[in-house]
Amino acid sequence: MSRAEAPPAGAAQHPAPTVGALWTLGLFRSELLVTFRRWRTLALLAVLAAVPVVVGLAVRIETRDGGSIGGGAEGGPAFISQVTNNGLFLVFTSLAATLPFFLPMTVGVVAGDAVAGEAGAGTLRYLLVAPAGRTRLLAAKFTAVLAFCLVATLTVAVFALVTGALLFPTGEVTLLSGTSVSFGEGLARALAIALAVAVSLVGLAALGLFVSTLTDSGVAAMAATVGLLITVQILNAIPQLEAVQPFLFPHHWLSFADLLRDPVYWDGIVKNLGLQAAYTAVFASAAWARFSTRDVTV
Amino acid sequence: MSEPTAARDDDSAVISTRGLTKRYRGGQLAVDALDLTVPRGSVFGFLGPNGSGKTTTIRMLLGLIEPTGGTAHVLGAPMPGSVRQVLPRIGALIEGPALYGFLSGRDNLLRYDAADPTADPGTRGARVGRALERVGLSAAAGRKARTYSLGMKQRLGLAAALLQPRELLVLDEPTNGLDPQGMREIRSLVRELSGDGITVFLSSHLLDEIEQVCTHAAVMHRGRLVTQGTVAELSAGARGRLTVTTPDPGDAARVLKEHGVTDLVTDGEEVTGDPPPGDPAALNAALVRSGVRVRAFGLRRVSLEDAFVSLTGEGFDVAG
Repeated sequence: MSRAEAPPAGAAQHPAPTVGALWTLGLFRSELLVTFRRWRTLALLAVLAAVPVVVGLAVRIETRDGGSIGGGAEGGPAFISQVTNNGLFLVFTSLAATLPFFLPMTVGVVAGDAVAGEAGAGTLRYLLVAPAGRTRLLAAKFTAVLAFCLVATLTVAVFALVTGALLFPTGEVTLLSGTSVSFGEGLARALAIALAVAVSLVGLAALGLFVSTLTDSGVAAMAATVGLLITVQILNAIPQLEAVQPFLFPHHWLSFADLLRDPVYWDGIVKNLGLQAAYTAVFASAAWARFSTRDVTV
Repeated sequence: MSEPTAARDDDSAVISTRGLTKRYRGGQLAVDALDLTVPRGSVFGFLGPNGSGKTTTIRMLLGLIEPTGGTAHVLGAPMPGSVRQVLPRIGALIEGPALYGFLSGRDNLLRYDAADPTADPGTRGARVGRALERVGLSAAAGRKARTYSLGMKQRLGLAAALLQPRELLVLDEPTNGLDPQGMREIRSLVRELSGDGITVFLSSHLLDEIEQVCTHAAVMHRGRLVTQGTVAELSAGARGRLTVTTPDPGDAARVLKEHGVTDLVTDGEEVTGDPPPGDPAALNAALVRSGVRVRAFGLRRVSLEDAFVSLTGEGFDVAG
């Protein structure tokens, strides 16, 4: 070997390896790259991008002869009746349409696969002997899932905005409370709503990550997380379970609409943030407790 | 799990375990009170049939599995307590390579290198390039790993183990699934690395592989260490047995005995015995001089396999 870095033969002195604080960020970058270069991630984002386009086109086709949508304001997702007046409402409609299942389902897939997928592929053992460090690896995984929550939400919002602007008029935005604000402020509120929706998904992301540490099968973890989501959404819709519903992670999801009031009605939004924080604290801790002690046998 | 006060047993030992035990939750005893010592600079063969506890031991040494009893010191530090200090100095190939099929060979190495917090990102590209070159994958570095053949995947796994200068290489069944040419390449790479002063810990269920490359070996059987030592010691008495095939076995046995061959056994037309030191050609000449018709004449080596069978009383391919 003619390499300069050849280790001293039979060296007795071996200084402990130095760790630069910045170098440890390499894993986070690598994690983001791996997440967003997966074909599956891109497919999920493509599906999310298609939703607002389809909704926009459907509304456009249905209203092209000046008619109104379906059976009035109560049919279809929230805000859909306002879309023809202002394309910006397609953003709110699309988020309201995808938030119950589509959007969280994609998060469940990515979060469920995060650790279990690496275990199933065997790459987990090589990351751990690299050594990535179990806590650091889990933190990187969680960061990547959170990034996906944001990117997924923004994908819906941006595609809705573009579709809405192309198909419908834009201009002053009439808020739910009746006051009108400029299109610029409307845009700012749309961004705030997208962020609120992304944050709504954080609790589920932590739950999915925990499920992901329980198994060595990525498919099983994804299915379990999505199954949990569906179960919880059903429980959240059964009136007799009113007592437990405030503790279910999707209970305050639709509070993002309160950002469209003037003044903004913060109550539900704050409750949502608190609920997501609680879920994150519980399940991120559980994921850490499980992952930092488990035997990696695959 | 770590005892900071526990003195290192032996500074020249790269791996040293005392009573290392792993009982899985189902009650299955995978590794039973293992006392293993791997000297620095050796090429250490870790032998045993599939299911004998080799892989569980290796995973405990690398901090992937927590032992249920005993201690393990690797590069002088207790495991799994010191993974952050110890593992950057170890390259490992565990139970075959595992790759991201949707990434290129080069990107796979970049990812594994990024996982190591001690790896300098400034030299990452250059180190990855050198590792690819070393295993002969430079030309295929841009291809997606899922298109690689098993041999190429194995080599990429080795490249990942060689991203940094290492003191110890742990290679678990490195030639599994390779064709004879691939096996030869791995063996020559192991010899080359050993020549650079790296200790190589090599597990295998192939005895001739261990005999060809290793200086030391340990034999596992049903979770227990049967023996360990230098390969020469293990196949002690490996001077080999003299075997003569002849239509005159009686005369042959007499002549051989006169020339110092001991422990003679005659079986039909075959006469075997332990030859005295010296050139066996002289024995053949003596046989021919005495008018014994020799059909075949040779020394059969006592292999490590014979040693293993005599140690465990079992054939080698029996799962424990």
